[in-house]
Amino acid sequence: MDLRFTDDQEAFRSEARSWLEANAPPPRSLPSLDTAEGFEAHRAWEQRMYDDRWSVVNWPEEFGGRGVGIVEWLIFEEEYWRVQAPLRVSQNGVFLLAPTLFEFGTDEQKRRFLPPMASGAQIWCQGWSEPDAGSDLAGIRSRAERAPGDDGWLLTGQKTWASRGAFAEWCFGLFRTDPAAERHRGLTYFLLAMDSPGVTVRPIPQIDGETGFAELFFDNVFVPDDQVLGQVGSGWSVAMATAGSERGLSLRSPARYTEAASRLVDLYAEHATTDPAAAARSADAVARAVIDAEAYRLATLWTATRVLEGGSVGPEASANKIHWSETDLSIHRAALALLGPGAEHHGDGTDNPWLDGFLFALAGPIYAGTNEIQRNVVAERMLGLPRG
Amino acid sequence: MRFAFSDQQLEFRDAVRQVLDKECTTDHLRAAYAAPAARTPRWATLADLGVTGLTVPEDHGGLGLDGLDLVLLLEESGRVALPEPLVETTALAAPLLAGAGREHADAWLAPIAGGGVAAAVGIGPGVTAGIAGAQGADLFLLEATGADGTELHAVPASDVAAEPVPSLDPTRRLATVRWDPRPDTVVASGEDARSAADAVRARAAVATAAQLLGLADRMITLAADYARERTQFGRPIGSFQAVKHLLAGAQVQLEFARPVVYGAAWAGARDAPGAARLASMAKATASDAATEAARVSLQVHGAIGYTWECDLHLFLKRAWALAAAWGDAGHHRSLVLGSLVEDRA
Repeated sequence: MDLRFTDDQEAFRSEARSWLEANAPPPRSLPSLDTAEGFEAHRAWEQRMYDDRWSVVNWPEEFGGRGVGIVEWLIFEEEYWRVQAPLRVSQNGVFLLAPTLFEFGTDEQKRRFLPPMASGAQIWCQGWSEPDAGSDLAGIRSRAERAPGDDGWLLTGQKTWASRGAFAEWCFGLFRTDPAAERHRGLTYFLLAMDSPGVTVRPIPQIDGETGFAELFFDNVFVPDDQVLGQVGSGWSVAMATAGSERGLSLRSPARYTEAASRLVDLYAEHATTDPAAAARSADAVARAVIDAEAYRLATLWTATRVLEGGSVGPEASANKIHWSETDLSIHRAALALLGPGAEHHGDGTDNPWLDGFLFALAGPIYAGTNEIQRNVVAERMLGLPRG
Repeated sequence: MRFAFSDQQLEFRDAVRQVLDKECTTDHLRAAYAAPAARTPRWATLADLGVTGLTVPEDHGGLGLDGLDLVLLLEESGRVALPEPLVETTALAAPLLAGAGREHADAWLAPIAGGGVAAAVGIGPGVTAGIAGAQGADLFLLEATGADGTELHAVPASDVAAEPVPSLDPTRRLATVRWDPRPDTVVASGEDARSAADAVRARAAVATAAQLLGLADRMITLAADYARERTQFGRPIGSFQAVKHLLAGAQVQLEFARPVVYGAAWAGARDAPGAARLASMAKATASDAATEAARVSLQVHGAIGYTWECDLHLFLKRAWALAAAWGDAGHHRSLVLGSLVEDRA
């Protein structure tokens, strides 16, 4: 056991730090990525990173990465969050779909989709949930039927809560290809262009008023056979690989939380001088949040080592998702408690990142499979309790 | 960066688990409740395996290993609620004496490795309420104030008057002690004593945290086993979400306490920067994880868990005691925050 990074890893960190310090826009200087203007500004930042090979460091070089390992990716993320660089508008693609493409995609699919994903030229959204299929994802009803020319599929139905859906160019979605099969077996995973005829997008304003997600309507949308990811009928297992990335190692790196926790301690230290009573009331919650973030960092290094040594991430991904989503909330709740009556200030040029962060964190226990579903997974697959 | 144990460390863990599963059953624990003892045949078995002398230098007959090698064994000792003083003797006394003067090392280390000495440690928070393992201990490590400020002493039982303090868990063998500091028992004084006492407190936090991990794991396992067997409304109660979510919540807390404890054990053994803070994080997370596992496992058992007959209480009581020992979660969280703020000043 040795928790220190190697000299090469520290050299990689220095290189990343120099580049980010020279190139990252100042914290919170871009308009929100959930506006049309902000979306393009964030896309331009993705392109800037891609040009210097910093957008997807752990991908192979042929697809725009640096071919480094998972530990280097974690180091890059630490540096990325340290300078409070912009949120990743490409995150559904690079953190969720990409690991699934590497595992299940054909060579042709990888060559076609990965580089424009890495550069921000093509931003992806996720078409999974439906109005009547949220936690019960296997209950989806949107369907795909063979196209008359037998060279592809015609997709029909409705998806919802598609993050980045208002502006994205591409969508990865689950559709039912065999209505007669057992409900987990009749699904297929499709990659489709959002400008295909028959796609209608209805943006949904979120709790902060911005259109972070959207409803997607499909009316006989043609998707060619070469845009099926994995086998026809195996969509559930392909989707579970994506879900594993979403809950496990790749979507939420620990740096996001350790950095926020560090700023929380700054906020606490300021209040310890200016408003000692408020600081004293919040001290235990601040310390808890800091420790939760550090626990997540160490747990990630533990998991990363296991993966590097040939292990895999199973139901632990569900425990992981519960922990990071609750940690995010506990960090932001503690900050808002310190801010007290000023915590509600928002909008019209007010800069209140703690409230924005809190609103974002509120979604954590809901998306990527609610924490209630994750607790079922932990109970059934880690503790062996019977299915209900 | 490699955050995993070596094959050797895991094999040692497995060997000790196998022995403890046989030698420290709940029947043994019930016998220990009736007649608490510091040294037992089981302690001798652990000595034969090299466990009691794990941190004793090789030239004193030990294995010459460190707190990182010990942490998994401590976790196993927690899983069975081992009544003998492995934390006090092997995690605390041996490293302190190994760094003390020759005469103290010569007097105590070989007997520790041989299983002939059970230690009690009265250094650090909470000792005025009673020192764990003090009833029947052979060796006391105690703190006093001398001419140069803090002094640490290694005192033989013959020089200590121990007044038993009853505990809900009789195997804690609590006692308050009266003794007169003598020059020949001083193992450290002045600045050395202060840093040695800090080291004892940090090691105690990590070692106790490791036992709490094992206890939490055991309690969750007992409750999950029960939830699979117990039937109500025609179904195992473990099939109800209300029960699943209780146990899953406790399991998640345990899963995220474990790497903190292991990381703290590594940092302590290597004297890495921030080791003391990480030790406090370990004690805070493990105390909370075990307290939550105790609450949940009792609730899942229902009334049977509240009985003397059911084994669960043997683990609940130890978990509550250790969660409070060497500083509870709140105490360690305040240390963590204090040190972070200090670093910023």
